[in-house]
Amino acid sequence: MASVKDSRRSFIRNVALAGGGLMIGFRWDTVKAKMPSVIHAADTAAATFNSYLTVGTDGIVTIWSPNPELGQNIMTSFAQIVAEELDADWKKVRVLQAPLDTKRFDRQLTGGSGAIPHSWMRLRKAGASARHLLVAAAAKRWGVPASECTTELNTVHHKPSKRSLEYGALAEEAAGMTLPEEVKLKDKKDFKLIGRPLRNVANKDIVTGKGIYGIDFVREGMVYAMIQRPTAFGTRIKSVNDAKARSMPGIIDVVRFKNYVAVVGRSTWEVLKARKELVVEYESEGPALESTADHERLQKEMLDSDKLTVRRKNGDVAAAFAAAAKIVKAEYQSPFVVHSPMEPMNFFADVRTDGVELVGPTQTPGSARSQVSKLLGVPEDKITVQLTRLGGGFGRRLRNDYALEAAELSSIIKKPVKLIWTREDDMTGGIYRPSVRYRFEAALDAKGNMIGYKLRGAGVNADNSTREDNFPSGAVDNLLIESADHKSPITTGAWRAPTTNFLAYAEQAFLDEVALAAGKDPVQFRLELLDRARKKPVGAIKYNIDRMEGVIKTAAERSGWGKKKGVFQGFSVYFSHASYVAQVCEVAMKDGKPAVKKVYAVSDCGPIINESGARQQVMGAIVDGMGHAMYSRLSFREGRPQQTNYHQYRLIRMKEIPEVDVYFMSTDYDPTGLGEPALPPTGGAVANAFFRATGKRLYKQPFINDLGG
Amino acid sequence: MPVYKLMVNGKERKVDVADDTPLLWVLRDHLGLPGTKFGCGMGQCGACTIHLNGSAVKSCLLPVSAVGTSKVTTIEGLSAKGDHPLQLAWDEEDVPQCGYCQAGQIMTAAAFLARNPNPTEQQVMDAMHGNICRCGAYHRIRQGVLAAARKKKK
Ligand code: FES
Ligand code: FES
Repeated sequence: MASVKDSRRSFIRNVALAGGGLMIGFRWDTVKAKMPSVIHAADTAAATFNSYLTVGTDGIVTIWSPNPELGQNIMTSFAQIVAEELDADWKKVRVLQAPLDTKRFDRQLTGGSGAIPHSWMRLRKAGASARHLLVAAAAKRWGVPASECTTELNTVHHKPSKRSLEYGALAEEAAGMTLPEEVKLKDKKDFKLIGRPLRNVANKDIVTGKGIYGIDFVREGMVYAMIQRPTAFGTRIKSVNDAKARSMPGIIDVVRFKNYVAVVGRSTWEVLKARKELVVEYESEGPALESTADHERLQKEMLDSDKLTVRRKNGDVAAAFAAAAKIVKAEYQSPFVVHSPMEPMNFFADVRTDGVELVGPTQTPGSARSQVSKLLGVPEDKITVQLTRLGGGFGRRLRNDYALEAAELSSIIKKPVKLIWTREDDMTGGIYRPSVRYRFEAALDAKGNMIGYKLRGAGVNADNSTREDNFPSGAVDNLLIESADHKSPITTGAWRAPTTNFLAYAEQAFLDEVALAAGKDPVQFRLELLDRARKKPVGAIKYNIDRMEGVIKTAAERSGWGKKKGVFQGFSVYFSHASYVAQVCEVAMKDGKPAVKKVYAVSDCGPIINESGARQQVMGAIVDGMGHAMYSRLSFREGRPQQTNYHQYRLIRMKEIPEVDVYFMSTDYDPTGLGEPALPPTGGAVANAFFRATGKRLYKQPFINDLGG
Repeated sequence: MPVYKLMVNGKERKVDVADDTPLLWVLRDHLGLPGTKFGCGMGQCGACTIHLNGSAVKSCLLPVSAVGTSKVTTIEGLSAKGDHPLQLAWDEEDVPQCGYCQAGQIMTAAAFLARNPNPTEQQVMDAMHGNICRCGAYHRIRQGVLAAARKKKK
């Protein structure tokens, strides 16, 4: 048995529930605390603990899920970890979405694939602590040593005397027991729930159409609103004529604030119709309005300039390139893309004199609250945030612009309001994945060894568009990684697997070119580089060589790399968000045209919590990664987005998906995230497979423009 | 504004709305049926799919004035206990990710299976092609439809 020990108090505590039963309080702010311990009376200010887990006298185990759920299946997997250590009967487990409560929860956000790594030990200890107390209660009642008791399916057994008691019958006494200095955690080999494909706890609500999303929220007396935002980035309102809109049926008010004109009414449709009748003139804020052609020119200029920021430098690249037997050079480009989660942006806000109530879909409820607090000058403790299920996020709902709009509007009209964005608002309203152009150069010696490597990234609002410490950094003697960025009025933000969602494709496609130029097999080429990094590391290495090698070899093996007839294979491997994923894409000819048939994915993210959810994340990430690489693009003309809805902005659909083979390495590391890491490698694997099939390199997303069709 | 009498999930409902109001918003804003979802508002994504006399229809494009006496079925009325073979299969195959598109997916699939109880995989893909799932849960949506078809046969 694994065990942990720590002398810090006040991490976990047990208290009796008002209605009878046991509640495990869990303090999330003592991040370094490793261990539950007894709480002294003086520490028991209830507010500093959350009722994280309760065991009722009816045996029902209730687990609060603090993080926003957007389809990453956190409600199920979090509860699964707690239930495992508790030896709970999964049928008796209920999971509840917790509201925002930063006093009680820590890291209450969804992003960066960070929830499981952050909470893994905390959740296990919560479950193990409750189990310990229940066992202690049973042992006391029977007058036997706790060490002779075992637990299983919500029941404590004393095998020698053949007695058993259900958790419900012990819950009240358990609340009076003392937590030990040390709580035993299970050995991983004894896991019964962790790893199993338990079904999503929200399935039933979803398939019967329960109103669980933000857009479904209604409050007696609320009004509906939509906002007319500038139609082009870099413009502001010049004049507004709202006479017609105001006269439309069902319209309560038209208000102007910032660069917005908000139409407020009794129903969504009436508001939508009236908004079309607004006559708003815009004028440029000054600088020239940007088009996609401008971005392409600017990116080339940045790549050719000498004003880039150095991100990493090893050795002497100039000397290496001067001495090279062969130089490979290529540029890769990606467009802006939209997050377009299926549920459009929306938020409910009720700003009253006594406080502010916010309800809706956000990946960062804490920041929604602090931003609203600043905006309205209302102290945070007067603002509540209720979390709804999110109809997708992909990073879009890390930003709370739409929640702020709702709050500001409610404070102006002094009414509870539900603000809704249309799909057109979502596509044209900003916060996109930035456009980037990369230039790669590799120097090879006469034996085909990569002796020099240069990467320049030029982005539009992309910040640092490189990941300078990722592979192949550490494996090349002479290396220079630089970036430059153009500040644009077009707003950008994190998009599922930020930066790497595109960088990985470019790097992995370029390495394929280099391998070919070196006369080496792409898999062998990567393995040689890793071996190099292991034996003679160059500078800091921030990825785990063994783990990367592990997924590469396993993916090659599972896919029958290089041994198949009739299909063209492309390889890719990437490390992001602390997980390792290798992919092999297979393209086959169909009616004389190349088509993606299958993608093999091998992931190393430590132990899998929920096998069904994990497979689903990988399959979804591959569909997402391939879909956007193949089909999606947002372009601009004088600041105006040129695609406004799905008829112009293409998303992957069912007939276009490849078969997917999902495999997880069984490694002993602590679990790492899986919401993002399987996405970055896909574009590269697909591009490399297309190259094998057609002899044509795909240098620019979306590929469909070069492939035709 | 005219009053419309609608047959929704087996019950007669009255609404007083403009004649061009899409059925989607009538259901969501006026009848308290939030299961039918707004995705694009222009017939591109299928999130708003309902049944009109048993056929799958995109409710975002259907004005209330065109409904007449047709029977409207929404996800809330697909089965009395949430046990339509597709609903069961969706749970068993663990289909949903964020889940937002799934009511539309199920309604499209239900109308399709009623017409074609024994579909091939290709037919399922053709039938489901109009429904977008941004989370990319397409593999399991396909599996779910096929599993429901097997259930129905039994
Ligand atoms: S909302 Fe009706 S098809 Fe998209
Ligand atoms: S499950 Fe999220 S859009 Fe389909």
